[in-house]
Amino acid sequence: MGSAHKKGEIKMKKYTNEHEWVELDGDTATIGLSAYAINELGDITFVELPQIGQEATKGESIAFIESVKAASDIYAPLSGEVVEINEGLENAPELLNEDAQGTWIIKIKVSDVGEFDTLLDENAYSTYTSSL
Amino acid sequence: MEKLQRTALFSKHKELNAKNVGFCGWEMPVQYEGVIKEHDACRNAAALFDISHMGEFFYEGDIVNSGINNATTTDFVKLPVGKCKYGFLLNEQGGVIDDLIVYKLDDTHLMFVVNAARIDVDFKQIKSHIKSGTFQNRSNQTSKIDIQGPKSKEILQTLVSFDLNELKFFGFKQTTLLDTQAIVSRTGYTGELGYELYVDNDTAPILWDKLIELGAVPAGLGARDVLRLEKGYSLYGHELDEQTTPAEAGIDMFVQYKSHDFTGKEALLKQKEEGISKVIIPFTTNSKRAPRNGFDIYQNDKKIGIVTSGTYAPSVGSGIGLGFVDLKLYDENAQLELRTSRGSIPIYKATLPFLK
Repeated sequence: MGSAHKKGEIKMKKYTNEHEWVELDGDTATIGLSAYAINELGDITFVELPQIGQEATKGESIAFIESVKAASDIYAPLSGEVVEINEGLENAPELLNEDAQGTWIIKIKVSDVGEFDTLLDENAYSTYTSSL
Repeated sequence: MEKLQRTALFSKHKELNAKNVGFCGWEMPVQYEGVIKEHDACRNAAALFDISHMGEFFYEGDIVNSGINNATTTDFVKLPVGKCKYGFLLNEQGGVIDDLIVYKLDDTHLMFVVNAARIDVDFKQIKSHIKSGTFQNRSNQTSKIDIQGPKSKEILQTLVSFDLNELKFFGFKQTTLLDTQAIVSRTGYTGELGYELYVDNDTAPILWDKLIELGAVPAGLGARDVLRLEKGYSLYGHELDEQTTPAEAGIDMFVQYKSHDFTGKEALLKQKEEGISKVIIPFTTNSKRAPRNGFDIYQNDKKIGIVTSGTYAPSVGSGIGLGFVDLKLYDENAQLELRTSRGSIPIYKATLPFLK
């Protein structure tokens, strides 16, 4: 584990091609959806969260989100176990529209923190979204 | 891929940072600032829609004897001048080629307003009925702007010289708007007080800006779809197609059977006698889950139908939908559910409109 992942430091977000953002604190990954993704989906109306304790496999669906006119899976950016879910989103999914980058959806205790380094950094993600 | 067509308002949508989608061969705004905000503007104030992709045909001639009166389910002879009516263009089997509104401009002039995806098919089909007179497709020269919502009357009143209170539902007036000829129609697809405005392409952008300046909020096709579904209105290609009759779609009441003959009438009368085998049912999820077009409808562990339209409905606070069920399998009293790749969603039969 690199020193960049120690507690107390400013956490850098990394991203996936499926538009999840990830912050890593120790071996706990905090996961949300990028502002780009939320903007594409439009007004969010429903979030289906996993159970605490559920196994997460990198690249596989871990949650589900709907807007008025669209629906999308949320994919686990890293493998591990779900340790926390943002239950507030069940009654107030619009929080994601208000602040996508600041509203987390699930937390995963990751089994291999090295996977974090394979994700896109801010610049790479922004290059990726501008190509879409 | 075929190049998408653009309406006369395309640059306006660009200025407003609209998110565009391909829709029936047209590049149309699906939303500007957000579907819910635009939906709410229509329910509470006034929303503005570019509907210029829809088609407009004009007939001039003998409405009584030319054969045009047999083209659709609407009797144009009976229709009063200054009124328009919703109806259907049918095939011989009674299947819906299109749903349309026909305007009686005067005793020898009609305007047909049809769905964008059906312009070519409809034009050919209607023309085949006509033995005299002239029939023109002026879709590309005509823009259509809808202003809908409780504030639409006071906004539009400042631009027209007659009293808008004169216009009853499905009434219209040929008038001048911003010094050019226009049709102002007291109709719409949202269930709110509202008007549909037909103008030439040069006037459309000026009118659009003027209505926004007066307080109307631009709204996209996303909000339009939610608004129409909250009221239970059918959408061609979803609840209606050539394999579906008006009775199966649950909107048989718009067919004028008695006074005139029309293509498909015999098939509809025969079906009335024999009964229908499928029907559209409205339902809700009673939750935030939204039904989606194409979800399977199940009952007693058996597939009995398919969802044709679905959305989350802000005015209802629940997912709502319409779908066909096979009447041989449908049990009025058994629990209904949708089955999706993500599992099952219970649904509950509702009555239309969803938003009372």
